[in-house]
Amino acid sequence: MRYLPLTPEDRSEMLARIGARDIDELFADIPADKRLDALPDLPLTKSEIEVERVLGRMAACNVAAGSVPFFVGCGAYKHHIPASVDHLIQRSEFLTSYTPYQPEIAQGTLHYLFEFQTQVALLTGMEVANASMYDGSTAAAEAVLMAHRVTKRNKAVLSGNLHPHYAGTIETVSRLSGHEIVAPAPHGAAEDLSGLIDNTVACVVVQNPDVFGQVRDLKPLAEKVHAAGALLIVAVTEVVSLGLVTPPGEMDADIVVGEGQSIGNALSFGGPYVGLFASRTKFVRQMPGRLVGETVDAEGKRGFVLTLSTREQHIRREKATSNICTNSGLCTLAFTIHLSLLGEAGLRRLARINHANAVKLADALGKVPGVKVLNETFFNEFTIRVPGDAAQVIEKLAAKGVLGGVPCSRLAPDNPHLRDLIIAASTEVNTDEDRAAYAQALKEVLA
Amino acid sequence: MNQQGRPTKPIDAVPVAPATFTGNRALRIEEALIFEFGRTDVTGVDLDEPAEFAPRLGGLERKEPIGLPGLAEPEAVRHYVRLSRMNYSIDSGVFPLGSCTMKHNPRLNEKMARLPGFGDIHPLQPQSTVSGALQLVAELSRWLCELAGMPAVALSPKAGAHGELCGMMAIKAALAARGEKRSIVLVPESAHGTNPATAALLGYRVETIPARDDGTVDPEEVKKHLSKDVAALMLTNPNTCGLFERDVVAIADAVHAVGAFFYADGANFNAIVGKVRPGDLGVDAMHINLHKTFSTPHGGGGPGAGPVTLSAALAPFAPLPYVVTDKNGVRLVEHAADGAGKPFGRMCAFHGQMGMFVRAMSYMLAHGADGMRQASEDAVLNANYVKAGLKDLMSLPFGDGACMHEVLFDDAWLDGTGVSTLDFAKAMIDEGYHPMTMYFPLVVHGAMLIEPTESESKASLDLFVAALRDLAMAARRGDTARFSGAPYYAPRRRLDETRAARSPVLRWMKPVVQEAAE
Repeated sequence: MRYLPLTPEDRSEMLARIGARDIDELFADIPADKRLDALPDLPLTKSEIEVERVLGRMAACNVAAGSVPFFVGCGAYKHHIPASVDHLIQRSEFLTSYTPYQPEIAQGTLHYLFEFQTQVALLTGMEVANASMYDGSTAAAEAVLMAHRVTKRNKAVLSGNLHPHYAGTIETVSRLSGHEIVAPAPHGAAEDLSGLIDNTVACVVVQNPDVFGQVRDLKPLAEKVHAAGALLIVAVTEVVSLGLVTPPGEMDADIVVGEGQSIGNALSFGGPYVGLFASRTKFVRQMPGRLVGETVDAEGKRGFVLTLSTREQHIRREKATSNICTNSGLCTLAFTIHLSLLGEAGLRRLARINHANAVKLADALGKVPGVKVLNETFFNEFTIRVPGDAAQVIEKLAAKGVLGGVPCSRLAPDNPHLRDLIIAASTEVNTDEDRAAYAQALKEVLA
Repeated sequence: MNQQGRPTKPIDAVPVAPATFTGNRALRIEEALIFEFGRTDVTGVDLDEPAEFAPRLGGLERKEPIGLPGLAEPEAVRHYVRLSRMNYSIDSGVFPLGSCTMKHNPRLNEKMARLPGFGDIHPLQPQSTVSGALQLVAELSRWLCELAGMPAVALSPKAGAHGELCGMMAIKAALAARGEKRSIVLVPESAHGTNPATAALLGYRVETIPARDDGTVDPEEVKKHLSKDVAALMLTNPNTCGLFERDVVAIADAVHAVGAFFYADGANFNAIVGKVRPGDLGVDAMHINLHKTFSTPHGGGGPGAGPVTLSAALAPFAPLPYVVTDKNGVRLVEHAADGAGKPFGRMCAFHGQMGMFVRAMSYMLAHGADGMRQASEDAVLNANYVKAGLKDLMSLPFGDGACMHEVLFDDAWLDGTGVSTLDFAKAMIDEGYHPMTMYFPLVVHGAMLIEPTESESKASLDLFVAALRDLAMAARRGDTARFSGAPYYAPRRRLDETRAARSPVLRWMKPVVQEAAE
């Protein structure tokens, strides 16, 4: 087996040195009647060629986003990733290192995490950010738990226009940890949550742009939330939007969570991604996850360490702010490299291109007979109404080689009002030909 | 031929190394923050400005400067290459970090995860366009169930602790379905901190089970804590002392006798893959850290993946989404009404860490049943070999019996030397090794937990043992300077963590320029 350096002779010599008769002597604590001799139902070792053949066949059964006109979004987006990003994250010293618990030999990781925290704070318009969470949805659930800790209240209000997977993730953790959730069903229209906000509410969670693509001014909501002594949590599932849209920090959010996949990370069927988590400095000791801080070494040189770890499970155990241990290290690195390459000028331009492409797509689809674009505002994704069942339309489009978006029924099957809605996204990867192909295919499907 | 300056030859008297102008030391180069040398008007990504168009943002354009620096591609490449050189990694040396399982990361796995058919597919594409991905998920599930000896697996948890949360949520849901609301979770004191943190998150009161003198859990002690109010026992096996809980079956029986569930923390599953199946030992739920046992890269602290195998009693409560294989092929169930289960909810958006699934699958296929069993045996053999090489100098808290994949020493042998476990760890850095896990588990004083993994050759272990012996003897003979100032040769000397925590600086801020007083 190519990954195992020991030879049979090594093994014999080592057993002799240990003073064991055979390898089974080292496993003697396992109850004898439970020990296995082999795993008969699983195949034996394979060469690289064979593994590539097996997995290559499976991969070939899938339609890659880059191979077709592609307009699927809803929390994960197809963006171009510069070649240098994937090259750099595969440097051995990044790829095969561990959590930086020994800072003297992990300054590379700690240094880029400090830069990442600063980038996320700037991007969201917040004061402080952590070193990442698993993804946007779990970051949102952690934000709600944090709001309970900060306000010592027990109820969260979720916007009906929050991504249903995010709402589901929050709802699951809240219900099983004994917290209350109030969540209107997804509807797509402007909403007034003020009737739900009172002084028993810990937080209100909204998404911007929301799951239907609408961009909204959250300032009036923030005022109501703050008047009730609650926190405003804003989720951003398309982080590229922050290059063009007023950031949550400028709209008085208290906690901002985000899905960072769009910058530097492949679609990869839903994971691994990178959760962004930013907040106000005054709440920092209630934040979940790792934080990197600046300090000096014994010679006075600047260096970085994991800090405020008395919040964390390995120190506080059952009194920790979260049970989280792992972060999204390598996805965080991909994010920070891509964003360093973009810089402010590149990010703003990337965001303008996305918006321009979505406007073009909306104009093209809006001209298809029977199709109505529902959004007044949007960034790079919007909702259309089609005659009939949207899921079937999407399937028929796929049969024509166009991946045209997400039918709302896939996210919220129980809501009959959403059965004819499709959420479609257009990013910098789409060409005019792609958009024309979509409009033409949609016309044929609906004819 | 021009011989000027050649060949070079060392001079007889070697001068003391001088300070350098830059602070650099040849290959070791000091690196600034991107905020100190990047410029907001520079970009390393060429994009064409779109033609004029009417924006649809409802007037919510971002107008204030963001302050994000940009780098041209050569600057970015150099920055991150320089940073990478300040990191220790498995690829550069022995990384014996106990309980973290720093084994070799095959590059084939990286290549497979980047196939466009896996890396470039969207979680919400029509299922008809991702049949190969669903097939891989089903195949991975089959292997994990087979290796764990359990009938079902929930794949969506994003890391080990998230898997724990998933398993404990399934337990809570199963108890609720029985009409029961129990309030206690039992956790041995040697457990990872994530175990009590997870139980507490779900509102359980944590009761700690002390270890007996040999480092394992005594079933009689467990029985003393068991009652109808206990929801579950969370047990790591092999435990964090590197020992197999030999009374695990009696413990499982006792837990089940009061109607409670047996949660196994699978962090150390890598020691027993192919040797014994946790399901056969009475386990009801176990998370598997794909980044440990199945070698997906640790990546400086993630991403991980924490699938949870479930017993028949817990399987119906597995979260959404899950895959079902029937005569029509593999299907993804995303909503409760579309399947036969009683899911407790959803752990995250989408379907889990697919990129990690591909890598783990690649690892499993490459090893096969025989290779995985051999890997477990070699991991255990290597740990016992290190133990045999060090046990006369360093102290074993629980006697000289066989260990599993990791060996635990305490600091009794350092008594009176003036050297602490921390000092010893930092001196290992100077010898070119990553330190072992230190001060964990909490059950022994000054713990040093060494996990060499199956990836180390005998020659590599011989040198490692020799280096640790030399350090141990230095400590014993009072050569404290080698320890107290260590590390001497790392990119940084010891860092002031107290200062970092007392006045936290968690981001770069633009320096405030003081106007000179007129």
